[in-house]
Amino acid sequence: MRAAFTASLVELAERDPRIVLLTGDMGFAVLEPFQERFPDRFLNVGVAEQNMLGLATGLAEAGHVPFTYSIATFASLRPYEFLRNGPALHELPVRLVGIGGAFDYGPNGISHFALEDVGVMRLQPNVTVVVPADAAQTRPAVEALEAVPGAVYLRLGKRADAVPGLDGRFRMGRAEMIGDGTDVAIVAIGTVAAEAVRAAELLADEGLDATVAIVSSFNPAPEDDLAALLETVPLAVTVEAHYATGGLGSFVAELVAERGLGARLVRCGVTTMPSGSVGSTAFLQERHGLTAEAVADRSLAALRPVGG
Amino acid sequence: MIEQSRRANTGHIGSCLSIADLVAAVLSSLRGDPDDPDRDRFVLAKGHAALALYAGLHASGRLDAETLRTFGENASLLGVHPDHATPHIDFSTGSLGQGLSVGSGAALAARLAGSSRRAFVLMSDAECNEGSVWEAAAFAAHHGLANLVVLLDANRQQALGYTADVLEPTPLAERWRAFGWDVNEVDGHDAPALVDLIDALDTAAGPPHLLLADTVFGKGVSFMEGRIEWHYSPMSEDQYRDALVQLEAARA
Repeated sequence: MRAAFTASLVELAERDPRIVLLTGDMGFAVLEPFQERFPDRFLNVGVAEQNMLGLATGLAEAGHVPFTYSIATFASLRPYEFLRNGPALHELPVRLVGIGGAFDYGPNGISHFALEDVGVMRLQPNVTVVVPADAAQTRPAVEALEAVPGAVYLRLGKRADAVPGLDGRFRMGRAEMIGDGTDVAIVAIGTVAAEAVRAAELLADEGLDATVAIVSSFNPAPEDDLAALLETVPLAVTVEAHYATGGLGSFVAELVAERGLGARLVRCGVTTMPSGSVGSTAFLQERHGLTAEAVADRSLAALRPVGG
Repeated sequence: MIEQSRRANTGHIGSCLSIADLVAAVLSSLRGDPDDPDRDRFVLAKGHAALALYAGLHASGRLDAETLRTFGENASLLGVHPDHATPHIDFSTGSLGQGLSVGSGAALAARLAGSSRRAFVLMSDAECNEGSVWEAAAFAAHHGLANLVVLLDANRQQALGYTADVLEPTPLAERWRAFGWDVNEVDGHDAPALVDLIDALDTAAGPPHLLLADTVFGKGVSFMEGRIEWHYSPMSEDQYRDALVQLEAARA
């Protein structure tokens, strides 16, 4: 996914001389293709994410399109006010690139777990949030940034496997559907969407037909696509490698309430601060209910309550 | 400035008086029309003193009196902190510690474009409490941003006390020199001398420039000079008249 990002960025930069890449001393074995192709447009600003965003603001005001690169927590949370008062307020084309969603950094621990980045970025009306679900979707997502006049937060996962059935589809502000079942809609974002697709298969074994809707952007978010889907199903289940509040689950809750949709909502996401226990990405996702099995179980529990 | 502060009943008048001459020097030094992408840039990092900038823009014919009189009114562009939607104002500010990074980006952009344009940043001594200032200070020096000119308003006061009492472990001149800057200790109320100095700086090569400006908080109004309460307090009618008389007498 990161390799797909760098390859796409090199292609974009070939035709857009405004693009420069700043990194907060991150991107070993990721950013080299850009650095080698455009040495004058690559700058390691040091471990100083606030300054990186301030620099990007000054560069963008003068006509550049700066990409700023770091681990998602450091890319988004540390310089958040610089983003708000800089590129967001001044409506400048700065692209923040954050690596890793939720437990992608596994044993590295809580400081490296981006659990609220999508939520806080979604709050800013002048920030477009883009979260590809796999490498194939990363390429068109990065290309689509060309048409975004303002600030962007691009969150990239580290997981390598493809989301079956997504086939690299990406349209800004739209949801991409996998399947067309009407028993349950599983709405997923980011690389954990692979678990959502597998959950749909588990539910099929139980005789339940699901539609999986992949959400890849906010501001614009796929409101109409999801509203049309959620009118036709009794249950919506959101799946995100993020706190269950603030991000996709909250977005769907707002949509269901504001549009008066009938679907009940179950949100699969992180609900407690994951401290005091490290482990692999898979271990932590299982512990926080972000596996296909957990998503299927919660869907079944909602559709077929015990004694119901 | 005094009239608008009184009319709008706003604070920060002490800071505005402290930087008035620095603003005058920067506005006199700026090259290029506001719609020229190759113009010099100016970041008022201590945004809370924007009224001094508005007054300077007015005095230099860049802002009309009618607009100036909307300061602090409903639907006005002119708030206590500056908004980049205002002509001649490049950047919105108001959160301390961000302006130097933005100015460094503007200076870096000029270098990437092969331009001789400069970036000016006017910041405060108390603003140096913000850690992000030192991220930017290190960056600008490491990359030799000679076209970055920082005027540091050293009035030795901040919102709740004197800078020496709040957070000032070492003298600012030593600190900026240690970070690799060209430090010039100057009288912050001698605008003509400041203009000459700015004109003489080598902005083509070498380190970034700091004009460490010795200033008086509340300059020109006897009952405000050096007094902490004028960071926030608006003036009463009597104080307003007294201040006007003093400033007019000094000008005459």
